[in-house]
Amino acid sequence: MNSPPTVAHPAHKDYEGSKLGMWLFLFTEILLFGGLFILYSAYRARYPLEFHNSGQHLNVVIGVVNTIILLTSSLTVAISITALRRRDRKLSLLSLSATIALGAAFLANKYIEWSGEIHHGLYPNSPALMQRPHGDQIFFGLYYSMTGLHGLHVLAGIVLLSVVLVFVIREKITGTDFNKLENAGLYWHLVDVIWIFLLPLFYLAA
Amino acid sequence: MSSYLDDNGGRRGILGWIASTDHKRIGVLYLASMLILFFIAVAIGVLMRIEQLALDPPLFAPQVYNAFFTVHGVIMIFMFVLPGLPAVFGNFFLPIMIGARDVAFPRLNLLSWYFFIAGATIVISSLFTGNGPPDTGWTFYAPFSLKTGTNVVLGVLGAFVLGFSSILTGLNFITTIHRLRAPGMTWHRMPLFAWSLYGTAWIQLLATPIIGITLLLIIAERLFGIGVFDPAKGGDPLLYQHLFWIYSHPAVYIMILPAMGAISEIIPTFAHKTIFGYKAIAYSSLAIAFLGSLVWGHHMFTSGMSETANLVFSLLTFIVAVPSAIKVFNWTATLYKGSIEVKAPMLYALTFIFLFSIGGLTGLMQGALAVNVHLHDTYFIVGHFHYVMFGGTGIGFLAAILYWFPKMFGKTYSEKTAFLSWIPIFIGFNMLYFSMLVLGYMGMPRRYFTHLPQYHSAHVISSIGSFIMAFGLVLFFANLLVALFKGKKAEQNPWGGVTLEWQIPTPPPAENFLVIPEIKGRPYAFNRRASDE
Repeated sequence: MNSPPTVAHPAHKDYEGSKLGMWLFLFTEILLFGGLFILYSAYRARYPLEFHNSGQHLNVVIGVVNTIILLTSSLTVAISITALRRRDRKLSLLSLSATIALGAAFLANKYIEWSGEIHHGLYPNSPALMQRPHGDQIFFGLYYSMTGLHGLHVLAGIVLLSVVLVFVIREKITGTDFNKLENAGLYWHLVDVIWIFLLPLFYLAA
Repeated sequence: MSSYLDDNGGRRGILGWIASTDHKRIGVLYLASMLILFFIAVAIGVLMRIEQLALDPPLFAPQVYNAFFTVHGVIMIFMFVLPGLPAVFGNFFLPIMIGARDVAFPRLNLLSWYFFIAGATIVISSLFTGNGPPDTGWTFYAPFSLKTGTNVVLGVLGAFVLGFSSILTGLNFITTIHRLRAPGMTWHRMPLFAWSLYGTAWIQLLATPIIGITLLLIIAERLFGIGVFDPAKGGDPLLYQHLFWIYSHPAVYIMILPAMGAISEIIPTFAHKTIFGYKAIAYSSLAIAFLGSLVWGHHMFTSGMSETANLVFSLLTFIVAVPSAIKVFNWTATLYKGSIEVKAPMLYALTFIFLFSIGGLTGLMQGALAVNVHLHDTYFIVGHFHYVMFGGTGIGFLAAILYWFPKMFGKTYSEKTAFLSWIPIFIGFNMLYFSMLVLGYMGMPRRYFTHLPQYHSAHVISSIGSFIMAFGLVLFFANLLVALFKGKKAEQNPWGGVTLEWQIPTPPPAENFLVIPEIKGRPYAFNRRASDE
């Protein structure tokens, strides 16, 4: 063919496409946790009494405080997006940083909480737990798996939001091109929503 | 326009390939890496057949045989049949067939290949580290997988990483099909290969996370003893089986659907006739994807589920055969009164229909509860599975590569050799796997390193078949390898195909299309009439 060697066409930016991709990814996250929620329902039906008893060993105060922290962080990340769209970069950066700080606070609480439980000998394979009924062992096995996997997602979210924060500072994300921030926000909301289900299933099970 | 084979994107040497985000180059990367893994797994399969030749004493220790069937299964399933057609031909041809310049997320696409390589590396390294290769079978059934001393953690982790590759490919394809179809390329003008990839992508996306969490729990169980599948701690291994098959049954449809898509491209091209029942084939892909997600329990009829569950899963299993049969009937109807030209790709496509039908019908036999009790965990299952996965997906892969090879590499292979290699592949295949159906029906259990004397003659036939087929496969790929270096230049449209990939130069230019085409009619319009528009 006698055409020119390279073809110039405008850089391809498809916001709707990238948002569709993000939503599809969130589906996979829901199904990943879905496997654990199925296990939880099956075992709760089998060991209702043990789940009730084991739930009493969890620290409801920390659980509720962490819920408030995460809900607030979802608010701040939403503010950050709206602020950027209204060209208020300062407020956007501030609330994005607040989101990251709240995520870190959540993990710090989690650390305190887990340390307390491990201190009381309540961890998988511990001598104290092995003395207890089967249902208790399953409850704590699920508790550590589900809150642990959720904790990893909070950590991933913090990393993601930090990268986005750098992009906003360098003005790679702006009021007209805020797709990455919005997608990171979607991810953060998902992490929040999963926690909303974990709270009643474990902390309020008693 | 320079071809994608020449345009290295300004990167030197190997980087032009392993750092390229061109969907065509990524497809070729997958092809090369997958064929290496495929031949490793074929070799292990042949070793297993050699083990069954010697009755006493065994050639390989029983533990080695356990490792053989585990590694053969893990490599073949997670690294060849599962990603085979979508990652190679889907990547290469999906954007071209729908009139796009690339997939929706080219960098993510390259990342999927790296996940693939990382997963493969982890699995392979599990063979040489720790306490020896996993010996659980590819299903990693609990509680054995929790207790065995072998290197299960690495094997499982590898499969988990491979899952990312699969998920990201699916996500990419769904977004590509929704967002990047050329103007005029309505849903009902999409080639059927694209339809089958669409159905596949949804399963990849929605089912793979379930195996992801299941495998993670196996790792957590082995490292921390969380107890969820361990009966000693109140866990239930049956739940492991449920979670495993919730993914792994739909996964066999990930494997077979794209092959069916490729067959739907090849049949009309060589019958020189519009495909019969376009919409029926297109929607049966989605029906298979949907119904295939509801039948996982048929792997567990003897595991201790309730009678009700058994009945429901048995019924659903019979129903899922309907959309597959719709496809077979439509392919056959396409051939009716067509001007059939049996070139090499067509020969393999027809072989697909024949072998897949045997595989599908033997599957229905196991869907019947009473028969299943007799056949469960016997060679019958192994034979059935290989008829579907090798006779179906594997032969579909061979048909697809024969069909698209000239377009992908711009070279012509020897059709005579392709025909010649068909003979040992077909004869060897049926000796190898039909013997297994018979053996299983006689009661030979699967996964045993040895067998009773009454099974010996059938085992010998099966093993000889495996040697013949392996020879055929080597001949098949040697032919393509020779063509790659010494083949004559291929024409733009050697088969007279009418889908978009045949309308662009051979090999395709880096940008696919100089101008994005505008689609004015249905695909497969061989003799365009007003009614086709």
